Amino acid sequence: MGARNIVLLVTAAVLLAAVAWLLPWTRTFLVIAMSKGLAALGIVILLRAGQVSFGHAMFFAVSAYAAGFASRMLGGTDIAVMLAVGIAAAAVLSLVVGLFVVRYRQIFFGMLNLAFSMVLYSILEKFFEITGGSDGLRLSRPSMFGLVLQRNDFDLMLVFLSIALALGATLAVQVYFASSYGQALRAIKSNETRLEYIGVSARLVLLIGYVVSAVTGAIGGVLLAALQGLASPSFSYWIQSGEFVFIAILGGSAFPAGAFVGALVYEGVRIYAAAFANDIWELVLGLVIIGIILFAPRGLVGLAVETFASPRKREAVPDGSVPMTNAAPAKGSAEQ
Amino acid sequence: MTSDLLLIAALDGIAYAALVFLVAVGLTLIFGVLRVLNIAHGSFYALGAYVAASLGIGIAASKISPWLSYPALAVAAAIVGIVVGSAIERLLLQRIYDKEEVLQLLVTFAAFMILDNAQRLIWGVQPYFVATPLQLLGNVQIGGITYTVYQIIVLPAVALLVLAGMRLFLRRTVSGRVILAVAEDREAARAIGINVPRVYLWTFVIGSILASLGGSLASPTTSILPGMGTDMLVLSFAVAASAGLGRIEGAAITALLIGLGRSAAVYWAPELDVLVPYLIMTLVLLVKPQGLFGTLQARRI
Repeated sequence: MGARNIVLLVTAAVLLAAVAWLLPWTRTFLVIAMSKGLAALGIVILLRAGQVSFGHAMFFAVSAYAAGFASRMLGGTDIAVMLAVGIAAAAVLSLVVGLFVVRYRQIFFGMLNLAFSMVLYSILEKFFEITGGSDGLRLSRPSMFGLVLQRNDFDLMLVFLSIALALGATLAVQVYFASSYGQALRAIKSNETRLEYIGVSARLVLLIGYVVSAVTGAIGGVLLAALQGLASPSFSYWIQSGEFVFIAILGGSAFPAGAFVGALVYEGVRIYAAAFANDIWELVLGLVIIGIILFAPRGLVGLAVETFASPRKREAVPDGSVPMTNAAPAKGSAEQ
Repeated sequence: MTSDLLLIAALDGIAYAALVFLVAVGLTLIFGVLRVLNIAHGSFYALGAYVAASLGIGIAASKISPWLSYPALAVAAAIVGIVVGSAIERLLLQRIYDKEEVLQLLVTFAAFMILDNAQRLIWGVQPYFVATPLQLLGNVQIGGITYTVYQIIVLPAVALLVLAGMRLFLRRTVSGRVILAVAEDREAARAIGINVPRVYLWTFVIGSILASLGGSLASPTTSILPGMGTDMLVLSFAVAASAGLGRIEGAAITALLIGLGRSAAVYWAPELDVLVPYLIMTLVLLVKPQGLFGTLQARRI
């Protein structure tokens, strides 16, 4: 990750924060986009290993509920506590589920995740006395790092926090991708057998990726719950998981920042489409996923890179200097 | 009383297993041949149920003969399987056979979203309930328990017929053996002149018909709601994966196992009834990652 990259990301974050400051009506939208982007970032991590989870919303939900329980038990709490509790809950759950699912790849990985998230969904819905059933769990507005704020100030600070966390997570994931564990993650996709031959445990590599991806999702879950003052079972529903996968693919699964580009575009379109396309929303999403996979497999950021980068840069893309997944030769470049 | 409860739970489990088996066997057949896990498979189940309910309502309104509702169940399955199944295979799946597995999963997931939405557009979100086929056949006494003939005789009979029929079709007929040949080695099958794309299309349509048949047969026994497709997809995957993907006879046994386990939970631990199928799958996969009947290269069907 070069200095130019960091400057670009920080600039984008500052611009978003400025928009939120100047245009109050964008605040809710931006918090939602950042929180879903964080969850989609988790999908990007898994896609790096060539895996997809159709149940990642379970971490989104479990962190929101954990934060809600913490808030209820303490009789109101701070956003920092909510984040810490949410992340811890998601990390524990992902470690337990992960120990099981990292033994599997592809179909089994995706479907077992779906199965676990459905189990969580029905638990959240059925145990009414504890979870509030389908009405969900109400959260009182937390204090913001010790400051008790009114609604408007709280929303503004929450946007700033969301953008800062999104930026931090993007940079952290880029560092992670550049590390040896991040590189090994990519090797799971291209040639897992060779990875094992050089003495690296593919399961451990994937487990670390899985926990990291759950943690980014958990941050998103807490932010959304704090914004809405509510954690509901729909946080863990399969359509929610599908949305995260969609956002990751839309933005470009090769780029950590793509998750947020995807989330902004997705939520932006949704605000305007809701008026006339609410009934056919999923249908539109499905068609766009198919369109992107068939015609623009590297997503919006990929398209932008192809369009705006100089020919030299474009050449640099396939050898991996810009992280990418989808355009890699399907057979695995190691054999060529 | 306890033995009665045990019997009821067992009968429930068998009736349910018959339905799950029909869906799971379609899923496993498609996977065995096309090597694509069709996430949209659950939609065929839901569509089969909705079309059957619509036909059932039409028949009830036309006042010809309520007995027509039985062939209507089969007609509903055939319509959905042939029309929607061949459309999806031709328009969508044919473009992605050479893509990465994760992209294939995403495309069938997208198809699932589209079908799920289309189904809500057509039938809305209100539940349907058409019980004519259930009521016409009346009840039967089994060891002091009154149970519907439809659920305890018709459903298992259809499941057994499908099981025996699939065996005969795949092992004894030319078309079936062609399908097996493609499942075994698609390159070699192509080399000896088998039209692989056509086999794919036929297999997908047959698998889709089986899922829709599960749905149309289920329609008299349950209220038809949005979301039923997702539940059945995950459940049929649990059955197929526990058996070993691509194993047809194995799917029958694990369907029975999961059906009985689930109905036992309904009576003795109602909070756990959704969990039991996944617990069984998780236990099986922990001990035997290839499934109970799977081999390391489970490509046979």
